[in-house]
Amino acid sequence: MNGGVVVVGASAGGLSALEILLTELGANFPAPVIVTKHLASGDEEGLCKVLSKSSPLTVNIACDKQKVTGNHVYLAPGGYHLQIEDKETLSLSIDEQVCHSRPSVDVLFQSAADVFGTQMVGILLTGANKDGAEGIKAVKEAGGATIVQNPETAEVPIMPKSAIATGCVDHVLDLSDIAICLKAMSFNLGPK
Amino acid sequence: MTESRDTDQDFELKLLLLAVQEKYGYQFGNYARASLMRRVRRHMQISGVQHISDLIPLFLHDEPAFAAFVKDMSVVVTEMFRDPEFFKSLRENIIPLLKTYPFIKVWHAGCASGQEAYSMAILLDEEGLLDRCQIYATDFNDQALRHARTGIYPEEDMALYEENYRLAGGKTELSKYCHRGYDSVKFNGRLAEHITFANHNLVTDGVFGEMNLILCRNVLIYFNQDLQDRVLQLLFDSLCSRGVLCIGKRENILFSAIDDHLEVTDRNQRIYRKTS
Repeated sequence: MNGGVVVVGASAGGLSALEILLTELGANFPAPVIVTKHLASGDEEGLCKVLSKSSPLTVNIACDKQKVTGNHVYLAPGGYHLQIEDKETLSLSIDEQVCHSRPSVDVLFQSAADVFGTQMVGILLTGANKDGAEGIKAVKEAGGATIVQNPETAEVPIMPKSAIATGCVDHVLDLSDIAICLKAMSFNLGPK
Repeated sequence: MTESRDTDQDFELKLLLLAVQEKYGYQFGNYARASLMRRVRRHMQISGVQHISDLIPLFLHDEPAFAAFVKDMSVVVTEMFRDPEFFKSLRENIIPLLKTYPFIKVWHAGCASGQEAYSMAILLDEEGLLDRCQIYATDFNDQALRHARTGIYPEEDMALYEENYRLAGGKTELSKYCHRGYDSVKFNGRLAEHITFANHNLVTDGVFGEMNLILCRNVLIYFNQDLQDRVLQLLFDSLCSRGVLCIGKRENILFSAIDDHLEVTDRNQRIYRKTS
């Protein structure tokens, strides 16, 4: 695959935010969507079930060295960091927590920035933690696009606010507008 | 701009790993890239250098700095009865099988600070098997092995360990197997008597005896696909006939050559058995 990728980070309040975002993306979104939502080990099964039901995309729990493809969503399992290994492959680690979290959004975003550079979008949603702010910075520095959920309408505003404070956010949007924006960008992200 | 930055990074990383291999013999070239880069970055930060290649003179001439890097490369995040459901499945599905053997050899490949080896010793003890059991616990990190031999862990971790133990189907209380003092707990010497801690590097060393049970959990995730395949073959070749192999819950044997020679005992918990 030589297209791009969308990486998404979320924490508290993330379940319903992800439900809305992944539903509105529609069935034909061309790039893989890689999601790190803070959760405890084992809770990924429930998250996967809920999102599979609501989203027309195929939702999986990520495994180590799994190959990624468009129209699919990959969720970080609890207790592991999820990373982008190369343009086709995911990898996991059990390194120490980052921002008191494993999985950590920063870890996912930094690895994605390394591999995809300009061919990516980093999206940060609701949460009560500053995880993701460093990641947004890494995405921006590598030339990727950055979108953060509007803290005014996010269930918990701390995560979006921390990211906005870095000065590295391109767009601050409500959830439904994030989906519209992503679809508009998707010509740049699908397989070439 | 981005293109050339990526290429420089690849090039510098290659040189760094080559220098490390030439001087110290460690082969990190087939480690998984994303985790490797995190560690290299962290050491760039610690050392206050800007480029990956700046680490080359540092690692060549400052052995303590390199020792810190090696320690970082071997993963030391572990806990007693990590993934309780896995240990529960071992107890239910594998212990009855082990009971049929007169003597049992177990290998923990990549044991880090040893919590999993002690967990296994406790499980075997509760099933009346410890006295006819030899556990080998190996790692390539001598510092981690020294820690593992002491059997001493921070007391603040005990609440988590107790909870894991309970969820894993433990028959009594974990505190029965250790004593407390100075904010630490020390696991009973009786458990350690059945564990041999030894240096073994999965990347460069060979087959390790004829094991009845091998656990190599959350080690493969740090290797690239080629190295994973090679290590899986090594683990497979170290199993006795009908031996049992356990890997991490989110790891895969699906794409490796040994997949055809293993049957599934518990797919969710990644417990497999050699077919012949």
